[in-house]
Amino acid sequence: MYAQMIESEVECEDPQKLKEFQNRIDAGDKIEPQDWMPNGYRKTLIRQIGQHAHSEIVGQLPEGNWITRAPTLERKAILLAKVQDEAGHGLYLYCAAETLGVSRDELTEMLLDERMKYSSIFNYPTLTWADMGAIGWLVDGAAIMNQVPLQRTSYGPYARAMIRICKEESFHQRQGFDIMIKMAKGSAEQKHMAQDALNRFWYPALMMFGPSDTDSVHSVQSMAWKIKMNTNDELRQKFVDQTAPQADLLGLTIPDANLEWDEHKGGYNFTEPDWSEFYAVINGNGPCNVERLAARKKAWEDGQWVRDGLLANAEKHAAKIPVAAE
Amino acid sequence: MTSPLIQKEAIEKLPSRNEWPLWEVFVRGQNGVSHRHFGSLHAPDADAAIRNARDVYTRRNEGVSIWVVEAKNIAASSPSAKGPLYDPAASKVYRHPTFFNIPDDAGPM
Repeated sequence: MYAQMIESEVECEDPQKLKEFQNRIDAGDKIEPQDWMPNGYRKTLIRQIGQHAHSEIVGQLPEGNWITRAPTLERKAILLAKVQDEAGHGLYLYCAAETLGVSRDELTEMLLDERMKYSSIFNYPTLTWADMGAIGWLVDGAAIMNQVPLQRTSYGPYARAMIRICKEESFHQRQGFDIMIKMAKGSAEQKHMAQDALNRFWYPALMMFGPSDTDSVHSVQSMAWKIKMNTNDELRQKFVDQTAPQADLLGLTIPDANLEWDEHKGGYNFTEPDWSEFYAVINGNGPCNVERLAARKKAWEDGQWVRDGLLANAEKHAAKIPVAAE
Repeated sequence: MTSPLIQKEAIEKLPSRNEWPLWEVFVRGQNGVSHRHFGSLHAPDADAAIRNARDVYTRRNEGVSIWVVEAKNIAASSPSAKGPLYDPAASKVYRHPTFFNIPDDAGPM
């Protein structure tokens, strides 16, 4: 998902307070910024929301690649709006993280010096226009799968950010599927591009949910805290079940010879992604890791004089405003 | 950066930074309803905060008017005061109209 491999932090805390906190969560109560919370809860959330925010921001890069080369003016306007939404989603999430006592600049610096990660999916290149379709359909589709349940997460500001994001995310997936329909029903060459995009993005999309976590202690803690609502495997299965018939509708073939409907299970059987590839990408060795981080660093450093200048200007004007008569 | 909307214990650990201040954003959805808290953002001054709020929070006609206020200027009641502040209301059920039994033939009331 946009937040992958988040280990919950557990620290020694007052057992009585911990119990009361857990009771509140079990009762469906929302936790708000000023409430007492275990340090582990706070730190895990900062990592999770921060990684999610970074993913939205870095996620602008693969799609930004095609803004200047969109096939029509309408497609270009739509893609611009979509990429702008991703920036907005990043900002909603940074705000939610900030309520936990970390600053946005601090989070940005942690991304740039690699103390924090972003989703593995954005380290793959976007080679053709059909990739814009595959990303909207598969990547945003997978993101929705994870984000819809997170609207009920226990931390109030995070849940509210998720509600806003989910309202907008459906546009993203539908615009992607719309591109796929157009390509899949187009010329033989266009259909080939659509199939090629599906081939390249299928397994990376499955990796977004993270490795199987049924045995993970960390996942159990995060689920008890209601900051993770489903296991990675549950969500991955749901994604495959939803997506396989959509590929049929497009007349495209999912690149998995073992994909078949299992009547007994009530879901599809499918091949797991290559997890060694996932670990390589998440640890910095994917096709575009270096390029993505370099682009973020350049944007941050090139923008420094703008941030400083606007702040200096605001301070100058604040100094000039006469104090109102008491 | 201090705000009642942020975890207090965590704030004290923050290093001081040369960051744009934090603003809380309130949006009126349509004329006739009041402004509602939408979220927060960073901006160097009030004008820029309104411009940023327009881009961040009203990309789909969510509002007709925006208020911004610097987060440090918001005062809030403390969560630990929840009992003393709000519990007394619980015993004053007569403040609700349904407390009173009025005969049906009294007509609309």
